[in-house]
Amino acid sequence: MPKDFGVGASTKRREDVRFLTGNGQYTDDMNVHGQAHVHFVRSEVANGVLKSVDTSAAAAMAGVVRVFTGADFEGVGGLPCGWQITDRHGEPMKEPAHPVLAQGKVRHVGDPIAAVVAETAAQARDAAEAVSCEIEEQPAVTDMKAALGGGALVHDEIGSNLCYDWGFVEENREAVEEAIRGAHHVTTLELTNNRLIPNAMEPRVAIGDYNPSTDESTLYTTSQNPHVIRLLMGAFVLGLPEHKLRVVAPDVGGGFGSKIFHYAEEALCTFAARQLKRAVKWTASRSESFITDAHGRDHVTKIELALDKDGNFLAIRTETCANMGAYLSTFSTSVPTWLHGTLMAGNYKTPLIYVNVKAVFTNTVPVDAYRGAGRPEATFQLERVIDKAARELNMNPIELRRRNFIGADEFPYSTPVAVQYDTGNYQATMDKLVDIADIDGFSGRAESSAARGKLRGLGVNCYIEACGIAPSNLVGQLGARAGLYESATVRVNATGSVTVMTGSHSHGQGHETTFPQVVADMLGIEEGQVNIQHGDTANTPMGMGTYGSRSIAVGGAAMVRATEKIISKAKKIAAHLLEAPEGDIEFKDGSFAVAGTDKSVAWGDVCLAAYVPHNYPLEELEPGLEETAFYDPANFTFPAGAYACEVEVDPETGKVDICSFAAADDFGNVINPMIVDGQVHGGIAQGIGQALLEHATYDDNGQLLAGSYMDYAMPRADDVPSLVVDHSCQTPCTHNPLGVKGCGEAGAIGSPPAVVNAVIDALERGGHSVGHIDMPVSPSRVWAAING
Amino acid sequence: MNEVSFVVNGREVSGEVEGRTLLSEFLRENLRLTGTHVGCDTSQCGACVVHVDGNAVKSCTMFALEAEGSNVLTIEGMANEDGSLGVIQQAFQDHHGLQCGFCTPGMVMSASALISENPDPSEMEIRDYLEGNICRCTGYHNIVKAIQAAAEATRTQAA
Repeated sequence: MPKDFGVGASTKRREDVRFLTGNGQYTDDMNVHGQAHVHFVRSEVANGVLKSVDTSAAAAMAGVVRVFTGADFEGVGGLPCGWQITDRHGEPMKEPAHPVLAQGKVRHVGDPIAAVVAETAAQARDAAEAVSCEIEEQPAVTDMKAALGGGALVHDEIGSNLCYDWGFVEENREAVEEAIRGAHHVTTLELTNNRLIPNAMEPRVAIGDYNPSTDESTLYTTSQNPHVIRLLMGAFVLGLPEHKLRVVAPDVGGGFGSKIFHYAEEALCTFAARQLKRAVKWTASRSESFITDAHGRDHVTKIELALDKDGNFLAIRTETCANMGAYLSTFSTSVPTWLHGTLMAGNYKTPLIYVNVKAVFTNTVPVDAYRGAGRPEATFQLERVIDKAARELNMNPIELRRRNFIGADEFPYSTPVAVQYDTGNYQATMDKLVDIADIDGFSGRAESSAARGKLRGLGVNCYIEACGIAPSNLVGQLGARAGLYESATVRVNATGSVTVMTGSHSHGQGHETTFPQVVADMLGIEEGQVNIQHGDTANTPMGMGTYGSRSIAVGGAAMVRATEKIISKAKKIAAHLLEAPEGDIEFKDGSFAVAGTDKSVAWGDVCLAAYVPHNYPLEELEPGLEETAFYDPANFTFPAGAYACEVEVDPETGKVDICSFAAADDFGNVINPMIVDGQVHGGIAQGIGQALLEHATYDDNGQLLAGSYMDYAMPRADDVPSLVVDHSCQTPCTHNPLGVKGCGEAGAIGSPPAVVNAVIDALERGGHSVGHIDMPVSPSRVWAAING
Repeated sequence: MNEVSFVVNGREVSGEVEGRTLLSEFLRENLRLTGTHVGCDTSQCGACVVHVDGNAVKSCTMFALEAEGSNVLTIEGMANEDGSLGVIQQAFQDHHGLQCGFCTPGMVMSASALISENPDPSEMEIRDYLEGNICRCTGYHNIVKAIQAAAEATRTQAA
């Protein structure tokens, strides 16, 4: 029976009421009294020497308050990178400066050069057109091969465009080489993981405010992690201590990673507000989003899979070039390395793995984490090469996977790429997939498609991801410049209601609903008695925010720990009120009872006693009932699953239609099944978008060709089928108190290979031996593959 | 500057606008009806859909001055008189048809127009109709379910 409240119930989302009535408060919905507006002057060329910026005409225009340029930021810090990678030879990565406004050079189209502040947004926009920039344009480099082969330099001072050359596990390099050389069969695949633009529907917004009488700055911003922004901007860019800087991220309209990072516009607005002693607001146009939000993916990879004669995996070697863009965005360097290399074992027992990644600067928008971040890139190449191997060895691709699965009895399982999976059951999720996707019925459907002149294909793949990032001491060793714990303060109010202040941030995930389900269950009170505060550094404990499917696994765990402290203290109070030893107190269903008696005291009475401590052990116990916990995870979590896609390809046009899509996921325990389904739906749609539609293409001059919704194909309602999702296979996480694994990215990780495998399958069944087609698998590419 | 007057959600409004002021901008900044969202600058995303004289319109494609004398309905006017969620809004909550909420006002306004035009839309008709509304969170699955449920509830109410 489905539960109707608490953990496991599909509680309807309370936040929906404000969103559905137009009463949400997104950053652009806010206006601060007396605010001015900023419009950025941005580079229209991808690479050039910035010889001069003439702001005099703009400064004289109506309403203009001030024009800032790079010169205003001399002596001010640059935007920091949060993860240092050490290369194969023990050398630190190349880390060029990233100024708030361009100084001396522009390095990508969209690089900010000047910021015009005016009384109205229209005046700022008008005046921005009057800023005159003298730029000596230089040849641009957008292709990674060209960038590494003597093309133009993005950062002259580095002397090359190589950020780092990373090897993992470097000690395995020769053993992998030997295994591949001696193997019965080696399948090789070269592929591209296409550059994507995250495109959260809410464009980024920043409002800087300043109170001269207290010297306090406030930044309202579209962020997934306000505390991280406060730390990065305060400590590394503007030199503002935390107690003088407040960062607020109110309702945020989607993130998908793109709102993790600290952006120049946030620093500019905060800086300008202090200079001008008034609030300064910036709202991105969508056109600006395309050329300033960090992009995602953009890997070029060659992978080799060595197998024995029975199809057992012996070794994997993969070489990737990863595009960093023009500057190192906040977590960019960790994506192709630790978030990618550590996942190359997938769901399989492969004894030897070697991963090489070259990170490359180009004259493009910086690339950073986008839904899945490194894990989709690992999954795509692995699951594509396995499919290709099955075809080459004339084996059933599902059976080849099953043969190599890590067995359910082999956990905890240490992979050769440095992670230990705690739990999983990959045969069970595959069994579930075979059932819900009706894989046995495929041949009948294929015949029916053939009768209509269509080629039908079935694509199946597995995925594993590492979520709940991450044990702080471990990531510190790996180069992270931050801790990755999460925090929660649980404040029990005098009459028994509860306010939870979390460092996690909801931008669509529904924390305001799911977090109370957990706390209410623990305390035996109604969900409606629990409220969540998030998104404001002034009223939440220092926390690292929401990304990497970490909210419930890390933030939820912190909340559980704080609630456990509450229960522990409440038991002491109850023991006093009941005149019984603390050890005899049992807490159940919102009531404290003395074991073996009918004596009890209700939750509300204990809470009241804590705040009206007339009958209270004041000599032993502080009044009040409020606890904070910081939870640092012991390990990553490892959600995994199996996905199936069926497509019909029109051989006349190359058009691909997705007929069905099924996902069997293992997320461990699930708090709110309705919300989990929704997360998987959204992830799958993004994965289908990557597989069939989306591509952030540049021309050779570094102009973004896909710079609007007319050129960048976002998945629309008629591009996505009705989805079959199931998460009933549950192997709970062993090291966090809720047994949860996280579900936010699975769909985006697991779906691209399923779609591409299905298209290749359709073509191969139709007699077209194509091997591989790069994403997006557009009609023109499919048609070209069919017609040579 | 020009004077413009029209009716929004049953209330007469007026204001001074520049010729270039968009209806979406006027609703958000002059009237502070910030439920109408702006997600793009090429009239593609549909977050800004409102009804003008009963027709679903992207309010970023219309100058405020063009709304002179018209009757405009926005997301703020979709709740029941007692403030409870209207039929379509309720269906979106019941079927988890929204996540971050940013595209939601436009989705609800488009859904309302669809159900007025076609009281019993099929799944494909719904997907086709939403061609001008982009959602990045939901994969559309639950939006389609919500609109089907809202259409059914609307038919039941009318019967």
